[in-house]
Amino acid sequence: MRLMNNVSLALTKARAVARRSSSTGYCLLSTVYLLQGMPSQSALHPAGPQAGRIISLWWMMFWVTGAVFLVVMGFLVAALARRRRPFAGEAADVPDVRPEASRERRMSHVVLAGVGITVVILFVFLVRSYVTGRALDSLHEQDHLTVKVVGHQWWWEVRYENSTAAYVLTTANEIHLPAGRPVLFKLTSTDVIHSFWVPNLHGKTDLVPGHENVTWLKADREGTYRGQCAEFCGHQHAHMAFTVVVEPYEKFKAWYDAQLKPAAEPATQSQAQGRQVFLSSPCVMCHTVRGTDAGSRVGPDLTHVASRGTLAAGTLENTRGHLAGWVVDSQKVKPGNRMPPNNLEPADLQALLDYLQSLK
Amino acid sequence: MRFARGLPILFCAAAAALAASCMREERGFRVSPPPSGRVQTVRLTELQPGPAQPMEVTQNEYEANAYALSEGKRLYEQMNCVGCHFHGGGGIGPPLMDARWIYGSDPSQIFSTIVQGRPNGMPSFRNKLNDDQVWKITAYVRSLSGNVPKDAAPSRSDDMSGPPPETSTERKPPLKSGGIPKSAEMPK
Amino acid sequence: MPRRKKKEEKANAAEPQTGLRADADAVREAVARASAARTDVALAEDLADEHEHRALDKTWGDEPGFWGWLASTNHKTTGRRFIYTAFGFFILGGILAVLMRVQLARPESGLIGPDLYNQIFTMHGTTMMFLFAVPMMEAAAVYVLPLMLGARSIAFPRLNAYGYWVYLFGGIMLWVAFFLNVGPDAGWFAYVPLSGPEYGAGKRVDFWAQMITFTEVSALVVATEIITTFFKLRAPGMSLNRVPIYAWSVLVMAFMIFFAMPTVALASACLIMDRLIGTHFFNPAEGGDPILWQHLFWFFGHPEVYIIFIPATGFVSTIIATFSRRPIFGYTALVLALVSTGFIGFGLWVHHMFAAGLPRMGESFFTGATIMIAIPSGIQIFCWIATLWGGRPRFKSPMMFVLGFFFVFVLGGMTGVMQGSVPVDLQVHDTYFVVAHFHYVLIGGAVFPLFGAFHYWFPKVTGRLLNEKLGHVTFWLMFVGFNLAFFPMHILGLRGMPRRVYTYQPNLGWADLNWLATAGGVILTLGVLLFVVNALRSVRAGEVAGANPWNAATLEWATTSPPPEYNFLRPPTVDSRDTLWTQPADQPVVTGLRSDVREVLVTRALDAEPDLRVEFPESSIWPLLAALATTAMFVGSIFTPWAVPVGMLPVFVTLTGWFWPKKKRMAEEQPPEEVREKHGERWMELREQES
Repeated sequence: MRLMNNVSLALTKARAVARRSSSTGYCLLSTVYLLQGMPSQSALHPAGPQAGRIISLWWMMFWVTGAVFLVVMGFLVAALARRRRPFAGEAADVPDVRPEASRERRMSHVVLAGVGITVVILFVFLVRSYVTGRALDSLHEQDHLTVKVVGHQWWWEVRYENSTAAYVLTTANEIHLPAGRPVLFKLTSTDVIHSFWVPNLHGKTDLVPGHENVTWLKADREGTYRGQCAEFCGHQHAHMAFTVVVEPYEKFKAWYDAQLKPAAEPATQSQAQGRQVFLSSPCVMCHTVRGTDAGSRVGPDLTHVASRGTLAAGTLENTRGHLAGWVVDSQKVKPGNRMPPNNLEPADLQALLDYLQSLK
Repeated sequence: MRFARGLPILFCAAAAALAASCMREERGFRVSPPPSGRVQTVRLTELQPGPAQPMEVTQNEYEANAYALSEGKRLYEQMNCVGCHFHGGGGIGPPLMDARWIYGSDPSQIFSTIVQGRPNGMPSFRNKLNDDQVWKITAYVRSLSGNVPKDAAPSRSDDMSGPPPETSTERKPPLKSGGIPKSAEMPK
Repeated sequence: MPRRKKKEEKANAAEPQTGLRADADAVREAVARASAARTDVALAEDLADEHEHRALDKTWGDEPGFWGWLASTNHKTTGRRFIYTAFGFFILGGILAVLMRVQLARPESGLIGPDLYNQIFTMHGTTMMFLFAVPMMEAAAVYVLPLMLGARSIAFPRLNAYGYWVYLFGGIMLWVAFFLNVGPDAGWFAYVPLSGPEYGAGKRVDFWAQMITFTEVSALVVATEIITTFFKLRAPGMSLNRVPIYAWSVLVMAFMIFFAMPTVALASACLIMDRLIGTHFFNPAEGGDPILWQHLFWFFGHPEVYIIFIPATGFVSTIIATFSRRPIFGYTALVLALVSTGFIGFGLWVHHMFAAGLPRMGESFFTGATIMIAIPSGIQIFCWIATLWGGRPRFKSPMMFVLGFFFVFVLGGMTGVMQGSVPVDLQVHDTYFVVAHFHYVLIGGAVFPLFGAFHYWFPKVTGRLLNEKLGHVTFWLMFVGFNLAFFPMHILGLRGMPRRVYTYQPNLGWADLNWLATAGGVILTLGVLLFVVNALRSVRAGEVAGANPWNAATLEWATTSPPPEYNFLRPPTVDSRDTLWTQPADQPVVTGLRSDVREVLVTRALDAEPDLRVEFPESSIWPLLAALATTAMFVGSIFTPWAVPVGMLPVFVTLTGWFWPKKKRMAEEQPPEEVREKHGERWMELREQES
C-alpha cells in the first residue's frame, strides 16, 4: 500500500515537473520559432488539449521510466562493482557451482519485489493511458466544424463541409481553424494510405482508401502549425506537408468568406493574358479556378492559391520565383510528382505568374 | 579458411555493385521522349504512290518504364479516354486492345492521333496535355494490346474489376497496313 | 578449418592410409603388442580412440573436392555458411544504413533521389529483418544447438542444407534485383495499396514478395529441425529441467517461427496474386481490404521481433553464467519468461496499427498486452543482474557486449512501454522516435548479444580466440557510436520528424541532431569493421583456444575446437544442469553407436532416456538441386503464373532424387551369395521373424 502511495506521489510530482518543464520549453522554443518565422511541428509544444494530454502522459512516463532505468542501472553497477568475499577457488578459476543458499534466497526476494514494482508501475501506466485515451475522444460537441481531408499522392485536399451547398469550401494544403472550437476531421484517401498528423494538435490518424476515419481536435493556442504525412506513401512522402492556421473566430470567418468567393477577375492586361494562358494550356486539365472554365479536381484547387503560405504541399514558400520554378520544372523540386514540366514562352510564363499571384 | 577467403570477395563484390548502383538511372522521371515535331510529318498509312518506302519505327522510352506506364494508365482514366474507348474494349470509340489500328500503331502515329484528334469523335488534346503526358498515354495505349514488355506493363487497378490486367494481356501484333476498321469494310 | 586439422593429423600419424580394414588390423596388432609387453594400457585406449576417430571421420566427413563441398549436409558446415552469409547481408544492410545517414546528414541534400532512397530504406529493412536477423539466429542455432545438446548431428541434415540454399538464393535474387534497379521500394512492411498492382509499378514489389517466400521456406525447415533436435537428440540424462537456457530460447524461437511465418507467407502470396493475376484480396472496390494486409503482416511482424530477440536472450544467459562463474540465477523463472514472451508476443500486433482507425476499446486490450510483455522481460533482466550479483564477473569481451546490451536494451524497453500506450503512440508512431526505439531494442537486444556470441563461440568454431583488446575496442566503438547515432532520434521524433522521408526542409530545425546521428553511425560502422578485421586476423594468428577456453559449463565445450565432423568421439551423458562444472571425471559416455554409418542416438522427449538408434542420411547433392529447382520456380513465378505448374516438375524430380532409396544399403540387406544358396527361402523367413 505504501508502495502504491509512493508511486502515486511520484506521479504527482512528475506531472508537476512535466508541466513546468514543458511550458518553459515551449516559451524557449517558441521564441526561436518566432525568430525564424516558421511554423512549429513538434509534439513537445502542444497547442490544443489533445496534444497537451498526450504530452503530459508522455512526460509522466518519461520520469517514471527514467527513474526505473536509473535504478536498474544502479543495481547492475552495484552487482558488478560490489566487494566480494574471497572464494576458495578464486585463483584456480573454479566456478561457484553451489552458491550460498541464504544469499540466493535474499536475491530471489529482491527479484520478486522488482517484478512486483514493475507490475504496479505498468498497471498505473495502463490506467493512465486508458483515461487519457478516453479524454482524447470525448470532444463530441454539437457546435463543431467538419472538415473532410482527402489524401492524394502528394498533396492534401481540404473540404469544409456544410449543410448548405453554397458554404462548402474546397481548398488544398492549408487548413484554417477557429481557436477553441472543436473540429471533426473526416479522413480518407483516393490512392494509397496517408496519415494526417499535426504534432502540435494531436496524434495521427491514417487516411485509408475505401475507409473514412474520423478524428476530433481542438486548437487553443493561436498560431501556425505544420502537419505532415506520416505514413509512407511513395516518392514524395517527404514533401507532403500542410499548414494549419489557428486564428480567432472572426479572422477565421473572414478568411472563410474570402475563400468562398470565386477567383478574382484579372485587374491588369498581363493578368488577363495570364488567365488566357492558364485556360489554353494543360493547367486546366488538372486544376480548378472557380469562376473560370477550369474545373478539374485532379490537382489542388487554385482559386485562392496566392493566399496560401506555401506551394507544392508545404515544399516551397509561396514566392514568385518558387512559383515560376514549380510551373516550369516541378520534377526538379519534387521528383516523381504528378505535375508535368511546362514549356512556356517567357512572356506567357510572366503573364501566368501575374495571374496566379493575383488569385488572393 | 573459407571465412577468410570468402569475405574479401564479398566485400569487393558489394562495393563494386554499390558503386554501380549509384550510377544507375532513377526510374526516369524525366526521360526524353521522342521529339514531338515528328507529329507534323508522320504518315498514317503505308499506302502511297510511287516506290514503297518503309514506315519509320519510333522508340518510346516510356514503354519499358513501369512507372511511366502506370502514370499513362492514370492519365488515361483522368483524361476520360475511358469514356469512349473504355478499358481498351472500345464502345463509342474503337477498341484499343485488338490488332487493328485505324490510324497506325507506331508510337508517333498514336501520339499524333491523340494530339491532333481524328474524325468522328476523337478530340484533339493539343494544348490540353503536354508532350510528356501524351508519350506516357501512348505507351500505355500500346500496353493494352500487349505491345510493351510484360515486366513493365501495369497490372489491375484498385477499382471495380474491368478487363484482365495489362500484364495478362496476350500480345496482339498490329495488323499490316493498319487494318481496315469493320465499319469501313465494303458491305458484302 | 576442420579440413586443415585433418591434414595435420594425417601427417602426425605418419602412416599410409590404407582404409578402414588396414587401420583396424594395425590397431589390433598394436593392442596385442601393448598388452603382451604389459606396457601402458592408456596407449591402447588412445589407439582405440584414434581408430574410432578415423572411422567416424570417414563416415561423417564430406567427399573431398568441390562436389563434396556442395553436397555437404553437416550441420556445422551449413551453420558456418549460414552465419557467413547472414553476416554478409548484415554488412550490405549496414552499407545502406550509412548511405541513408549520409543523405540525411544535411537538409535537402541532393545526394540520393527519392526513388533510390525508397529502395534503399526498403532494402535496409528487408535485408536486416529477413536476410540478417532471423537467418542469423537460426544459423547460430544450427551450429551450436546439436553441440550444446551433445548430439552428433542436427535432425534432418539434408533439409537443413536445403534451407540454407533456398535462403542464399532468395537473398541473392533480391540483391540482384536491387542492383538492376528493380529493388522493392514500398517499405519492408509493403503496405497495400502502395505495394499493390496499381501503385507498385513494375516488378519491384514482386521481388520483395517472392523473397519472403524464400525466407519463409528456409525459416520453417530450420524451425522443424530445431524443434526435433531439441526434443529427440538430447544427450542421455539431459531431461527438460537440465536443458541449457540457450536451447530453450531457440526452441521458443522455432515455435514462434512456426506460427508467425505462415501468416506472412499467406499475405505475400495474396499480394503477389493481386499483382500478377489480378485477384482482389486487398482491393477495397471489390470487397478487399488494405487493412487486412496490415493485420496479416503485423501478426507476423511483431512476433518476428521476438523471434530475433528471444535467442539473443539465450546468448545473454549463456554468456552471463559463464563469465559470472556460477550457474544462472532463476533457471525456471527464465525459461517460463521465455515461453510466456513467446505467447504474449502473438497478442501485440495491433500496436503497429493504432493510427489505422480501429475501435479504441479494442486497442486498449493491445495496450495491455504490449505493456504486459515488459513483465517477462523484466524478470529476465532481474535474474541476470542477480546472477552477476551472486557471481564473480570477469570482463572478457563477450561479457562487455552483454553489459552494453543491458544499457541499450533496458532503455529501448522503456520507450517500448511508452509506445504501448495508445495516446503516446498516436504521436510517436511512424516518427524517428520509433526508429530510435526499435533500433535500441533490436541492435541493443539482438545485435549486441550477437556480437557477444561471436566473441564467445569464435574459438569453438575456428579453434582460435579473438583478440581480446581489439574486442574491447570494438565494443566501445559500437556502444558509443550506437548511442550517438540513435539517441538523438528520440528527440527528432518528438520534434516532428516522420520516418521514411528522403529529406527534410532546413527550416524545421532537425539538421543538427541528424548530423550527430550520422556521425554516430560512422563510429558504429568503424566498430563493425574492426570486428571484421579482428576476425580475419585471429582466424590465422589468434591464440589457440583449446577445448574450453572460457571454462564454460555447456556441452559444446566438451569437444575439441573446432569440433570434429561427428561432434563427439564419445557422445556425452548428463546428470546436472551445468554439466562440465559438476560432472565427475568418470562421467559415462555413450558407446555402441555404429561408426560405419551415420548413426545417432535418439532419446525421449521429456527425460532424455535413450530410446532409439537412428541412421542419418549421407551427404547429398540433391538438397542443392532441389533448392535450385525451387528457386527457378519462385523466380519464374514473378514473371508468369505458368512458372508454378511447369516449375513444379523439376522440384518433383529433385525431391524424388533426394528421397530415392540407396542401392548400397539394399545390397547390404541381402545375404551373401553362399548363404543364400545354402538356406534359400529360409533366410527370408528368419529375417521376417526377427523383425
